[in-house]
Amino acid sequence: MDDTQRIVMTGIGLTAPNGNNLQDFRKNLLNCVSGVKHTEIRYMGQQVAGLCDFDEFKYQSKKLRRRGTRAGSISIYCANEAVKDSGLNWETIDKSMVGVYLGITEHGNVETENEIYEMHQNNLDWKLWSPHHNPRTVSNSPAGEITLNMNITGPHYTLGSACAGGNVGVIQGMQQLLLGEVDVALAGGISESPQTFGIFAAFAAQGALAHHEDPTKASRPLDKNRNGIAISEGGCVYVLERLSDAKKRNAKIYAEIVGHAINSDATDFVNPNSDRQVECMHKAIRRAGLNISDIDLVNMHATGTGTGDVNETKAVRDAFKESSKTYVNFTKGHIGHAMGAAGALELAGNIPSFEDGVIHPGMNITELDPECEVNNLVINEPKYIGNVNYILNNSFGMLGINSALIVKKYTA
Amino acid sequence: MTASNVRQIVLDIISDIAPDEDVSVLDDTKSLREQLDLDSMDFLDIVMELRKRHKVEVPQEDYSKLATLESCVTYLSPKFA
Repeated sequence: MDDTQRIVMTGIGLTAPNGNNLQDFRKNLLNCVSGVKHTEIRYMGQQVAGLCDFDEFKYQSKKLRRRGTRAGSISIYCANEAVKDSGLNWETIDKSMVGVYLGITEHGNVETENEIYEMHQNNLDWKLWSPHHNPRTVSNSPAGEITLNMNITGPHYTLGSACAGGNVGVIQGMQQLLLGEVDVALAGGISESPQTFGIFAAFAAQGALAHHEDPTKASRPLDKNRNGIAISEGGCVYVLERLSDAKKRNAKIYAEIVGHAINSDATDFVNPNSDRQVECMHKAIRRAGLNISDIDLVNMHATGTGTGDVNETKAVRDAFKESSKTYVNFTKGHIGHAMGAAGALELAGNIPSFEDGVIHPGMNITELDPECEVNNLVINEPKYIGNVNYILNNSFGMLGINSALIVKKYTA
Repeated sequence: MTASNVRQIVLDIISDIAPDEDVSVLDDTKSLREQLDLDSMDFLDIVMELRKRHKVEVPQEDYSKLATLESCVTYLSPKFA
């Protein structure tokens, strides 16, 4: 295929509850280091959440951090780290040909809740409602904060796609490169969800909010005693380029995007549909021109909910029943559910397996739920499997949005 | 409340709104916008914080009276009386 029609990943910037760069994140995934902690949530008291501890002021002034949002702060950190990692000459690059595409689960809840809280604390004085509320809550806000911070004059927007956001952001970036709309795409997903009370309360009302006296054990996808989602923040931004451009500047290439699919369940607001998930994975594999057995590793979305995990393991069993060599792992046991960031972050955590041939385990399984059994599931200890060429990354969300992204080890 | 107290109240608010700035070197007679990286939204924040922290209201037609530290003190002192 023509190198102008091949899209590669040449930079990764991330913050996860257990690491603020790819090296630390990967090390902690292999060593089963959790990033889930106890934290105080307004009205509700102590809850578990995955919180990031990156330096907010590494790339942003205190004033602009105050004016912006936590989502914007995470985005700015990840985008700057990604560009630095890519080796792009940022001073000379044409900023009008750089695009920013971020998947988000939601945006604006944090700021809206804070304004209402402040107003409530001040005798409902509506004149205290901040003039910053609108620019903070418009849905392009996190992507727009990146452009302001990095002087990018190309397009920017977010992709509202629930917890499929991380994959969807990458897919959008890839498509815009293929269309020739931009020469560099900063694409991925972000989440600031633990800063909002409402998401915790809503998952609690659904009976789907994780809890455990030891917060590091609260997020336990596929375990028989799982009790819900540990809500997390985080972000991951990739530098995407056409292979022809990456070759020209002799860039380090992490992976090539070779397959993708997004589809819809059309069945329920919250409950997933395993048939549609199978269709999504198979569509991505077909689009990549691969056979089922070519996939070396599947990262499950696996959130730790009762029905979600059962449905997805059924989908993965069905989708890969013809393959005995496909391994399966998941990442939310370590970091909780990073919502709009989940897909992009979890893919990043697995990309180093192209180099070392090691699959990081899904952690916190004490007793595997019999309904969540799937062949070649890697749990609790890393597994060396040798050559890893293709990774399929699942990321699903409410309202029945499914996404699957396939990346290939790049070989010159 | 003394003029010095009012000045300190304004400085405390500016310090929070522009945390990267050194407010100790401000010339009271010069425009705040000339000396600090402040824009119109920052002035709205100053007005908002005066209302939130001290229940002092600054109507829109009076915003220009917050141009310098000195004019802030002159304008606000009666409101803190």
